[in-house]
Amino acid sequence: MPIRTVMKANEAAAWAAKLAKPKVIAAFPITPSTLVPEKISEFVANGELEAEFIKVESEHSAISACVGASAAGVRTFTATASQGLALMHEVLFIAAGMRLPIVIAVGNRSLSAPINIWNDWQDTISERDTGWLQFYAENNQEALDLILIAFKVAENEKVLLPTMVGFDAFILTHTVEPVEIPDQELVDEFLGEYNPKYAYLDPEKPITQGTLAFPAHYMEARYTVWEANENAKKVIDEVFAEFEKKFGRKYSKIEEYRTDDAEIVFVTMGSLAGTVKEYVDYLREKGIKAGAAKLTVYRPFPAEEVRELAGKAKVIALLEKNITFSIGGALFQDFSRALINQKEKPILVDFILGLGGRDVTFKDLDEALEISRKALAGEEFEEVNWIGLRKEIL
Amino acid sequence: MAVRKSPITTREYWAPGHAACAGCGCATALKLATKAFSEAMEEKYGDPNAFAIAQATGCMEVVSAVFPYTAWKAPWVHVAFENAAAAASGVEAAWKKLGRKGKILAIGGDGGTADIGMQALSGMLERRHNVVYLMYDNEAYMNTGIQRSSSTPYGAWTTTSPPGKYSIGEDKPKKWVALIAAAHQVPYVATASIGNPFDFVKKMKKAAKVDGPAFVQVHCTCPTGWKSPLEKGVEIARLAIETGVWPLFEIENGDFFNIKIQAPGGGAKVKREGGRVVAIEFKKPIEEYLKLQGRFKHLFKQPEAIDEMREQIKAMWKVLGVDVTLPKPEE
Repeated sequence: MPIRTVMKANEAAAWAAKLAKPKVIAAFPITPSTLVPEKISEFVANGELEAEFIKVESEHSAISACVGASAAGVRTFTATASQGLALMHEVLFIAAGMRLPIVIAVGNRSLSAPINIWNDWQDTISERDTGWLQFYAENNQEALDLILIAFKVAENEKVLLPTMVGFDAFILTHTVEPVEIPDQELVDEFLGEYNPKYAYLDPEKPITQGTLAFPAHYMEARYTVWEANENAKKVIDEVFAEFEKKFGRKYSKIEEYRTDDAEIVFVTMGSLAGTVKEYVDYLREKGIKAGAAKLTVYRPFPAEEVRELAGKAKVIALLEKNITFSIGGALFQDFSRALINQKEKPILVDFILGLGGRDVTFKDLDEALEISRKALAGEEFEEVNWIGLRKEIL
Repeated sequence: MAVRKSPITTREYWAPGHAACAGCGCATALKLATKAFSEAMEEKYGDPNAFAIAQATGCMEVVSAVFPYTAWKAPWVHVAFENAAAAASGVEAAWKKLGRKGKILAIGGDGGTADIGMQALSGMLERRHNVVYLMYDNEAYMNTGIQRSSSTPYGAWTTTSPPGKYSIGEDKPKKWVALIAAAHQVPYVATASIGNPFDFVKKMKKAAKVDGPAFVQVHCTCPTGWKSPLEKGVEIARLAIETGVWPLFEIENGDFFNIKIQAPGGGAKVKREGGRVVAIEFKKPIEEYLKLQGRFKHLFKQPEAIDEMREQIKAMWKVLGVDVTLPKPEE
């Protein structure tokens, strides 16, 4: 029987790891993710999780140990955030290039400087070109479910890519919410044992992993990561369907909310989606045709689903907790890419908000709405807007 | 006719065809190290193949694993420059969970160990992974074209420590990673040299057989980076031992008061007290070692720099608890 209880997203992530039964976990403490290794330590100490937990001396070594373990052919898991993920950066590319299905739980946190421990998505967004798949959770249940889904997708033979699951710092990592812990038996059925076909370090069948590739082979190796990302699109849908059948919770790459006759659709990720749905209800009551959409899957980028969504809106307002300087948010770039060659396309307006843990309120969303309505009316508007800036201290 | 038995297994894990430079001392070290490992695994577990290798980026990595070829007949993985020890930790943990018997061999050069990989090495040793870390020490970043590392000896020319009007070449004493490793109080730490292959093999076997982490720092000649004759690699490495430049020692469980010093040979007089080596009177001047290498050529115009080198070598031996006398060449 599944257990209905309450817990923080960090605990949900640790529970997901416990259910997935990785053989090797390597982690280093960092706010706001520290509770994940703490909880895992408890599971291991109590014999509830039979994993080797390597308490490494840095995140760089955490991911390196995961690569070593995964190359040796076992399921591996780690958790980190922010500077920790940035320290892993180099090895993230290597994990993807070596096609090792490692899963990382990330408590999405801002990057220094200034040092700040609170939520935005700059840490994972900055890793979007590493080849890793990226999922974003709206709540603690999603954090747990998406980690299980991540293992299943990552280990699929057509994918074999590492995957990170993001959930917002403090808003989720440290907030207690109702969570259903699925049955171990069902999870075992869902995930199965990890038996790698290609990555192992077995003296009986010695192979060489992590070679040098000259220009004659490098591009093809990179192409396979592209191809695997493309394959993942279909695999993710299949795994979502299987997950729903088994556990009763439905996931989709893009979850739409009241978009059917919407003129303005607010698009976001993570926990902000909850606020935005609430805001859409409020606008609908006022007779404003607004809708919302949440990207659960950010990499591979669900371009097809974005185009479908775009067909329903006149203006897409992108609400993002990340910034590419002199360009705008990552979603703005990615949506632009998905829509640029479409004959009919909505206007895109980009909103940078909630950086470094700044609360996103209805007042902020009103500001975004006002600019979006200008765009809708054919008036002049700024493409990239910083929302909720304290102009008085600038 | 009697056939002489090979003093070491004829099994090969480091196959011919790798792309190391002619005369590469590191290639010799890897060949011997893997053979020693295999013998140790056979003796300990009854399985000569019971090991896997995690290797840092560096000369020996790029010459051995160029897709679609490999020189490795053992399971082998390379991740990056600074993390061979961390990757080896992961492999070891996975093997433990898989119930696989054997030992993991981590390999890194002096740059990948003494500099960029220092932290991962310390972590691996401190966590007591069942890993042998082999540092092949050719005393500079040879793979990138001979830049100084913290393991480059005093006085040496490298492309980033060129001698000049205001420079004698490398101006810092060599950092001895073996001593840092020993400070972790791990079961076994040793220095070795391709100049004494029997000693090296013995130490590698010992390292492979202990339960827990071990560290071996092996001196390897690099004719390309040292500007030395291709055919004189072993001879030069042996001269390093015989002149006192390269100490051969073992430290078990971080016991610095009972460092085992191997006799250097070359006519050196070794004085022992209670079984411990307390003094060595070297007979061959360090100049005999230096003169065969272009990287030290400039020092012969600055004899005071060679004297300074002698002082540093004495200080290093002092740390090992040994008083040494180093002769000057006869006029």
